[in-house]
Amino acid sequence: MENKIEKTIELNAPVARVWRALTDYREFGEWFRVALEGPFVPGQPARGHITWPGYEHVVWQAIVQKMEPESLFSFAWHPYAVDPSVDYSSEPPTLVEFRLEPIPTGTRLTLTESGFENVPAHRRAEAFRMNDGGWTQQMKNIEIHVAPKT
Amino acid sequence: MSRQKHKPSAHRRPASALLFAALGDKTRLALVARLCSGQPASIAQLTAGSRITRQAVTKHLRVLQHAGIVRGVHAGREHRFALDPNSIEEMQLYLDRVSRQWDQALARLKVFVEE
Repeated sequence: MENKIEKTIELNAPVARVWRALTDYREFGEWFRVALEGPFVPGQPARGHITWPGYEHVVWQAIVQKMEPESLFSFAWHPYAVDPSVDYSSEPPTLVEFRLEPIPTGTRLTLTESGFENVPAHRRAEAFRMNDGGWTQQMKNIEIHVAPKT
Repeated sequence: MSRQKHKPSAHRRPASALLFAALGDKTRLALVARLCSGQPASIAQLTAGSRITRQAVTKHLRVLQHAGIVRGVHAGREHRFALDPNSIEEMQLYLDRVSRQWDQALARLKVFVEE
């Protein structure tokens, strides 16, 4: 089986706009819900705090891999690394890649996350625990928050 | 992986169908979440503190067991249930969780760049 996630989405915005939303750390933080400490730099760690209500204590961390302007942005991280008492840095990360492509209506964005086969089984379980701990409700809150105001 | 026999493609389809059926239920997802600590739990433990009957828990566990997500373990005379951490199905469940997270994040990105 392929231990990889791939998603494609078409955005009605120019590639330059999408690139900024992905790679400007403040803009990234807006939609990703994380308060980052500083700009993304290839080869450097990016750190911040999750801004989901109830998860503000959780440190968000990634190592920026590639930043090829308006084409590819990638980082390595530990998905669901939400236990503050665990040092995840010694565990194999997954790789997240955003690829941008101009289309007549704007931008085609392809997201891939790979390397899940290396995530230890007991870590995978965290994805469910977190969901059980109210993550679903937080998702709903966000949906309400981002929905167009009437 | 302990479930090598499920690797050939001919066996994949029924496994996926079973998984799909196993997941289409809130109670079963809650049971999976409860078993995520890694500690095997008895039916009595899984029933305690919930409004679900013992019979219903037994039924749901059987579905999860059939889908290869949960396995039975014997602890003395007691029968307990645990997640099968090496199952392909468990990995698929996990990917499904992460995948849904991305759906949400990309939906927010879409709103963010199009507004």
